[in-house]
Amino acid sequence: MTTALRRYRRHPVLIALVLAALFMVVPFLIVAVNAVKSPAEYSANGPLSLPEGLYLDGVKDFWERVDFGQKLVNSVLISGSVAALAVVLSVLNAYAIGIGRIRGRTWVLAFFVLANMLPQEALVYPVYYLSKQVGLYDTRLSVIIVFTVIQAAFGTYLLSSVLGQFPREIIEAARIDGANKWQVLWRIVVPVSRPTLGVLLVFFFIWTWNEFLLPLVMLISNDNQTVSVALGVLQGQRLMDATMTNAAALLGVLPALVFFLVFQRTLTRGIAVGAVK
Amino acid sequence: MTVTVERPGGRGRVSNGARRHRSSLRRKDSYTLFLLPGAVAFLAVIVVPFLMNTAVSFTDWRGVGTPGWSGLANYRVLPDDSEFWASFRHSLFMVVAMAAVPTAVGLVLAAALFDYVGKHFGSRWAAVLRACFYLPQVLPIAVAGIVWSWILAPENGSLNEVLKAVGLGSWQQDWLGDPDLALYSVMGVMVWVQLGFPLVVFMAGLQRVDPQLYEAAELDGAGWWRRFRHITVPQIRPEIYVVLTWCTIAALKVFGAVYVLTKGGPGGATNVPSYFSFTTFFEKTQVGYGAAVSTVLTVIILAVSLIGLKLQTRSEDAEDAPTGGRA
Repeated sequence: MTTALRRYRRHPVLIALVLAALFMVVPFLIVAVNAVKSPAEYSANGPLSLPEGLYLDGVKDFWERVDFGQKLVNSVLISGSVAALAVVLSVLNAYAIGIGRIRGRTWVLAFFVLANMLPQEALVYPVYYLSKQVGLYDTRLSVIIVFTVIQAAFGTYLLSSVLGQFPREIIEAARIDGANKWQVLWRIVVPVSRPTLGVLLVFFFIWTWNEFLLPLVMLISNDNQTVSVALGVLQGQRLMDATMTNAAALLGVLPALVFFLVFQRTLTRGIAVGAVK
Repeated sequence: MTVTVERPGGRGRVSNGARRHRSSLRRKDSYTLFLLPGAVAFLAVIVVPFLMNTAVSFTDWRGVGTPGWSGLANYRVLPDDSEFWASFRHSLFMVVAMAAVPTAVGLVLAAALFDYVGKHFGSRWAAVLRACFYLPQVLPIAVAGIVWSWILAPENGSLNEVLKAVGLGSWQQDWLGDPDLALYSVMGVMVWVQLGFPLVVFMAGLQRVDPQLYEAAELDGAGWWRRFRHITVPQIRPEIYVVLTWCTIAALKVFGAVYVLTKGGPGGATNVPSYFSFTTFFEKTQVGYGAAVSTVLTVIILAVSLIGLKLQTRSEDAEDAPTGGRA
């Protein structure tokens, strides 16, 4: 152990990097530590002391007060539906562009790229107004529809270039064997591209989970709000005391941590794929 | 990867084949049908709202009744609106905090993790450290905002408590409540949020750099800094442009962090264009004016994307070209 320590002491760069990494993680640790303190303990000892015991009532109270279970259900429902639907939509678009090589595909692709870059601020009011007109305002369905399209803009862009390099011999062979376009798509293209589709699915899920502006505008009633919106609105109202804030932060961090641990590999690898394509 | 091509039943085989052989042009065009659901959805959710927003920016609409055409009136008011200028000036600060700093720091960190930690201590160390830096990226921005507004709180906030504990009590500040400080505090939080993205992209980019380049440079006696300048940076230039473009756009769009941390305050000290347009839309209900603000923002973002795309393609072309003594 001491020799190992000495070995590391000779490496100031490594130590600096470890300290920097710790700095990135410390906010999570402080949140976790303080969420299990009782209000009395918190006001007596401040935020930096270690907890004396495990006090979970704060988290429990907060959970019940904001009906956090319902928020989780909403977030899972919205993010899950968006991820699945957006992947399907991206596959259909990219099949026409990347493999079908339809005429004017450069322009079609340019359109999807532009749609992807468009700030949501330039869509938010009309989307809000139109959803009121068609009676979809303050429904989870409205958010699902909007984000399916927004995420599919990126998915189409990425998948089109992936499918553009799809081995054409496989498709030709299948066509000669008499498979029609649908069969080629579902039985060949989709199974072969499964790794990329998996990456997209994970990304769409997490991106939608983290979205804030549009869900904030579209979901006003408590029963429909997502985790992000509910916590953001509570924080914005400045009504929470320290214990509540800690509980809110912990409950907000936990799902993200779970995703991170489950999908770490996909996330770090997928982000590179997305950036270079 | 093995692919099994399943043979479909005889149904519809003949007609399919016959249609297929008629003309290659026609065959290509029939793929257009696959674009139909996407086209309809994009029309309804992106194209129509975007055109509506642009049209509304030429009116004095307040969200109810018939919009009255006002021509360029909204755009004439904008240059004299100090709030508008302040929000875009703060946008520049956000570009520094979310694009410039994370790209520069991410580049150095990626090189250090890849070229130093990965080689001397094994890729395990590099992967764990990378994960730590990337962690804030998966956090919803609203949650990151809660965590940090509590850490930066003036009373009993962790940062102030730490300062007190190490004897720097006089440095304690109302980090988010002081108009002179709030913008810098938000910038600090955004660096923390954003840093992991460039780092991960750059580390992935470094993996396709030929290790022989580094070995040759090392044999020639090039130190870490020279390897960094003459190999790392030129080799992953495409990634650098991609990251700069994406992060600049993200910085121009920043909304959630400002909403949760400061609500644009105190006294507009941290207002940004997207928050400005949000309040103009939904609190002041000056929909026409808000639409004009968001249209200006859109134009800027599209310009940034086009410049970024251009730089990226140029650097990729340079990379594809035969390399003649570039490193």
